[in-house]
Amino acid sequence: MAEANKKDLILDINDLVIHYETEDGVVEAVNGLDIQLEHGKTLGLVGETGSGKTTTALSILRLVPDPPGVIKNGSIILDGKDVLNMPIKELEAIRGNLVSMIFQDPMTSLNPVLTVGEQIAEVIALHEEGGEKEAAQKAGDMLEVVGIPRERYGEYPHQFSGGMKQRVVIAMALACNPKLLLADEPTTALDVTIQAQVLETMKQLREKYGSAMIMITHDLGIIAEVCDEVSVVYAGQIVEHGTLEDVFESTLHPYTEGLFGSLPNIEERRERLQPIPGLMPDPTDLPKGCCFAPRCKYCTAECEKARPEKKWVNDTHYVRCTRYNEPDFKIERSER
Amino acid sequence: MSRYILKRLVMLIPVVIGVTFMVYFILSLSPGDTAAMIAGETADAETIEAVRKDLGLDQPVIVQYGKYMLNLLRGDMGQSYKSKRDVFPSIMASFPNTAKLAFWSILVAVGIALPIGIISATRQYSMIDNVGMVAALLGVATPNFWLGLMLIILFSLNLGWLPSGGMGGWKNYIMPAITLGTGDAALITRMTRSSMLEVIRQDYIRTARAKGVPEKKVIHKHALKNALIPVVTVIGIQFGSLLGGATLTETVFAWPGVGRIVVDSIKSKDTPMVLGAIVLLTITFSVVNLAVDILYAFIDPRIKAQYKRK
Repeated sequence: MAEANKKDLILDINDLVIHYETEDGVVEAVNGLDIQLEHGKTLGLVGETGSGKTTTALSILRLVPDPPGVIKNGSIILDGKDVLNMPIKELEAIRGNLVSMIFQDPMTSLNPVLTVGEQIAEVIALHEEGGEKEAAQKAGDMLEVVGIPRERYGEYPHQFSGGMKQRVVIAMALACNPKLLLADEPTTALDVTIQAQVLETMKQLREKYGSAMIMITHDLGIIAEVCDEVSVVYAGQIVEHGTLEDVFESTLHPYTEGLFGSLPNIEERRERLQPIPGLMPDPTDLPKGCCFAPRCKYCTAECEKARPEKKWVNDTHYVRCTRYNEPDFKIERSER
Repeated sequence: MSRYILKRLVMLIPVVIGVTFMVYFILSLSPGDTAAMIAGETADAETIEAVRKDLGLDQPVIVQYGKYMLNLLRGDMGQSYKSKRDVFPSIMASFPNTAKLAFWSILVAVGIALPIGIISATRQYSMIDNVGMVAALLGVATPNFWLGLMLIILFSLNLGWLPSGGMGGWKNYIMPAITLGTGDAALITRMTRSSMLEVIRQDYIRTARAKGVPEKKVIHKHALKNALIPVVTVIGIQFGSLLGGATLTETVFAWPGVGRIVVDSIKSKDTPMVLGAIVLLTITFSVVNLAVDILYAFIDPRIKAQYKRK
């Protein structure tokens, strides 16, 4: 991304490195990850379980559990503010206000002994002027915005279904009109029918409030539906980044291609799914070279020597793959 | 909910029958001739036999127990073999003393345990945590009677600050309450710590932090209430057993409570007195447990919903 428009960034993460230092070894969760996100845009972070997506999102709120999590390197600039060197008071002031997060499992992310209304009103009372009464009033409004009747304000989470709980979590996250919304697999724990509803609600609300969003998912369908840009994460690093079109139409990285290959195609049911062979490398013992090399059919001796650098193919699209140093290198792409 | 409470109170009846049955037979198995003990050391064989017949001790144990239970159903706990006074009023006279001591002891215990448990959990493996946990271990391992005796030696004998026993002013409460309270505090501290540690790892605590809730409020508003349920259980059980009389501690401090009645009566094989105290203990213990269960409902709305269905 060009230097000129850096001012418009809501989020600028550079060379982020996060380790979990446990007794059994150092887990290298995030390894030199960059994110540049403009105001109002949506970025999709795709990758397998354990690729460091959630850790990245938590680090933006500085909520990586410490110990064992340690942010070893990098910078996170959120709306011009340096998150990693912020006093805790200031941090508490931006959490839930400037940036908020929707968590993966709605079943466990609400406090069982507080009413849903109280939990929404709390975030409003913390960050906005006005008393408890106004906060309660606005919390009721938020419930209605996400399609829950105001009368259910005084009910407890155990009286709600999974989809309803996730709506409450969304209401909580959007209550203070955050400039950045972090959505960590917001629909993974929900039924497919409820997924669509929740996604639609999120999309509408995001448009209404103009928030930027990072959508963490392993579902390429969700990415195609809600995102402007995509970053494909593998072993704590972005291996391919571009606009939705760049990544979907002119896929460059063999891993990205592998992800598409393992998607079922509704029109062409004859073809067998093609899983990516092998497993993600052990994060306590990452390879010295390209982390994807052991599973990659294009792998050469060169790939195993050093971590690949970013290679920009146009203004918006880059890939980290050593083979693209060869001018005529192309990957095979399946029909879709 | 009132149906639930009624059900629990009805359940008390079989519990009382079971407990008295066991105590009655254990007492009858213990060595020594009751009639001889009551008649006195100088009594001749004839007098002893007369006493035996008078108290109904010549009949089989099961018959004796049956008679006792019939009387109990009529609200008659019988008379003490030794003092010949009615059991119920004698026990009720000393119960308030035990209750007062139990109240202050549990206050000491909770006052020490909750803050230390919470701090230990929020600063796991810190200096405070380590010191607190070693102290709790010592507290659990220290026998109450020994601690009581040590306190008497230090504060009564050597320093002369506090009375060594009996019940008078507030000064008399200090040592027994500390003796009982510290022992209980140890267990409650450990329970608070482990329960808090579990709760602060929950997703909803992360949600609270992500909302920008200040850390202190995260602990007090979001974590504590969730962590309290197992802690309340332990406090309830300990308070219940304190109400039943802390036998050893009451003996050490010559405290005129139920616990001392139990010890004295067992020594003199005064069966009606022992049984009376045990029945009272059983009932208070069960009622305290019921109170704890009702308290749950106010802490956790999910439990309240369950009670409503019953």
